[in-house]
Amino acid sequence: MRAITYTVLLAALWLLWSGIYKPLLVSFGAGSVLLVLLITHRMNRVDGDRLDISLNPIRFIGYFLWLLKEIAVSNMNVTRVILAGTMPIKQNLFRIPHTQKSDLGQVIFANSITLTPGTVTVETEENEFLVHALSYSEDDLHSLADMDRRVSATEMKSNL
Amino acid sequence: MQDILNILSYVFLVSGTFFVVVGAIGTVRFPDFWARLHAASVTESGGVILILAGLCLQAGWTLVTVKLIIIGLFLFITGPTSTHAIANAALVSGLRPDTIVKNPTSDKVN
Repeated sequence: MRAITYTVLLAALWLLWSGIYKPLLVSFGAGSVLLVLLITHRMNRVDGDRLDISLNPIRFIGYFLWLLKEIAVSNMNVTRVILAGTMPIKQNLFRIPHTQKSDLGQVIFANSITLTPGTVTVETEENEFLVHALSYSEDDLHSLADMDRRVSATEMKSNL
Repeated sequence: MQDILNILSYVFLVSGTFFVVVGAIGTVRFPDFWARLHAASVTESGGVILILAGLCLQAGWTLVTVKLIIIGLFLFITGPTSTHAIANAALVSGLRPDTIVKNPTSDKVN
């Protein structure tokens, strides 16, 4: 079952990448798909490490759109700091607890923090992230806690 | 319709370029490593998203648009990851911000 999904996915990717559908090139594509299948099959024998994506797709798309809005807002804020004559920088390193159950959820939260300009995830620990902020205010704690809740909401509960 | 798409795509491209330039200005103006990290992320997020969106509108419903979206998704994952790697390396090697607000949580860091 996994092999069939893999084949369809790889073939679809190849077709999207190529754009030129002559018999010779398509046969090269089929060959490369087979080669990748062979290699991943061998790798699986060496280490069975695989990533389970336990995210609710609809919720995740909703989160993604919200994240785009957040990126726009914080871009404007950082732009204002950069272009202001006095550059009102107020740096701070602080800790933010995270509530995601899966590794993937934690990665999404940490990367979301870094994606929004003005905050960068510096260190990841068991229950919290170390975050660096460019212009720190108390509101940052609230907005990051809000983001944490939203990421956790995209995780699928049944798989955990 | 085509005109509207064209104008919209130019708006995206020009504003994306604006953010790239602002990021460059910030990288030069900001005082230390930690602040510069944030200036670079303006280029990385706002600039990249807007320019890719503008290019998608130029390309229309073609395979090029699909590739641009996939490039965007890759950058969404790799950009913050590399920023985190740089920031983490700086922290581990003992670099701290020049000016830091004193509060209970930041005291724990040092």
